[in-house]
Order: sequence, then C-alpha cells, then structure tokens
Amino acid sequence: MLRNKSNELQKVEKGAAPAVPEQTHTGPVYTPAVDIFESEDRISLLADMPGVEAEDLKIDLRENVLTLAGHVASPEADNETPVLREYAPGSYFRQFTLSEHIDQAKIDAKLTDGVLRLELPKVERAKPRQITVKSG
Amino acid sequence: MLLRRVWPSRPAFENPFADFDQLRREMLRVFDAVAGHEGRGDVSSGVFPPLNVTQDNDNFYVRAEVPGVKAADLSISALRNRVSIAGKREIPKESDKVSYHRQERAEGEFSRAVTLPGEVAADRVEARYADGVLTLTLPKAEAAKPRQIAVKIS
Repeated sequence: MLRNKSNELQKVEKGAAPAVPEQTHTGPVYTPAVDIFESEDRISLLADMPGVEAEDLKIDLRENVLTLAGHVASPEADNETPVLREYAPGSYFRQFTLSEHIDQAKIDAKLTDGVLRLELPKVERAKPRQITVKSG
Repeated sequence: MLLRRVWPSRPAFENPFADFDQLRREMLRVFDAVAGHEGRGDVSSGVFPPLNVTQDNDNFYVRAEVPGVKAADLSISALRNRVSIAGKREIPKESDKVSYHRQERAEGEFSRAVTLPGEVAADRVEARYADGVLTLTLPKAEAAKPRQIAVKIS
C-alpha cells in the first residue's frame, strides 16, 4: 500500500520474499511491509501480517539477525469453490540485521489485527571509563 | 484498459466480453508463471483491498486482507448482488523523538465494490474481522440457490 495525494490506499502487490529457506509448508511466501523506528532506548518494528495467528508466528533473534516467520493457513473450507481470486493467502518471511545490541530478555511482541509490534530494548551501554595510568 | 472489470456482471451467455475478460486473466496468469511469479494468485483489479470471493451451496464468502483497521472504521453494505466495503486505516503517530529507518506501511481510505454472480439475502449478511482479515458471509437468496431437480417417471 502506498499513499497518494488523495489519501486513498493504493494496492501494492505483496512482494515475494527473496531468499527463503526451505519451506515445510507449501504455498507462496511474502515479505511483510514494515515500519522500523528507533528511539534512545529501543528499536520498534511494526509489520503487517494479515491472517497470521499468534501461535503461528515465530520471532527469532540470534547473532544480530532478527527473523520473522508467520504461517497462514487457508481460511477457506473444502467445499467452497472460487468465484474471484485477487490474492493468494500465504506465509510471511523477513530477516533484518540489527546493528545495536538488543537485550534479548526484554523483547516484547504483540500481534493485534494482523499487525505485529515488536519492541527491542537496547542493552545499556557500557559506561565510559576513565583509565588512570599508574606510574612506577 | 477497455476490459478492466472485476467480475462479469452478467452470466457469460449475456455478456459477449466475459470471454475476453476470462482470456485476459488466463493470459496474465500464464505470463506470471513464466516470469517466475507463480503462486501470486490471480490477476488483481489493482484496487485496495484485493478480494477473494468463494461460494458453496448456501453462501458467498468475500475475504479481504486489511491489517490494522479498527472494526468500527469498516463499513459494509450489501444490496441484491452487490457488496461494498469501505473503510480507513490509520497508523497511530509515534513520539516525535523516534527516527525512522523504514516506513513501508501506509494509511488512508479505501472502498471497494464487487458484483456477485447471484443475489444475496442482505439482511442476513455477517461480517467478521480477525487477525487483519475481513470475512463476509453472504447467504444466497432463495432464488439463487442451486436446486436439485427430481426426474419424474411417468
């Protein structure tokens, strides 16, 4: 979705995720749209992942690589036949490299109405130390 | 585009352009598959939100992915064989002190109407919004339901 001058939401094709590791589920994999912003004490990430339930969302942070993976099951019952198809429900996958050191114990994730909000608090920086040179 | 239609508004035998529309969809799907975009679904109408419509014997189902919208900001109406979905998505403002690294999500208004291949019972339409996906269940009007016809033996 992009915003144009008339404040009307434009449709943007969901982008296919580029290098996705081997999938255990079949079906398309998309790159979720994200907002990432930083304040003094934290990095926040918002991601649009419609159709993902909390238990199907995996968030992983190791060696500064943050991985978001959400699986979407088809919402359609078996006896439904398609009339019009404009999108294919699929899973989401995206990875980020974080430059700041993140306090892994305090990461907070919330999923509301298909939007993930991830709060990544920074580790308290080591305080600057004065080093005294001893003589003798 | 001349034939930019979401759904042929009448059955194929009444609409000489329906075949072309179908052909266009099929062609674009083939091109997509050749270009390696396989699995991206069918040709979209280019309007937000994309819709999926399905049916079973009793109902039509309309689904749309509209993440981060408040249920109160959605307005849905149905009349005969037409359904409209309108709404707006607002992204709450963050504090002024943050600096953005990426800003890919957008806010704004949207509205969309789709013509179904049969009439629906507008007073019994149900809408549900969960995990960012809107699902409309539209019971078919009695006249639009398929009927089993018994063959009589004379």
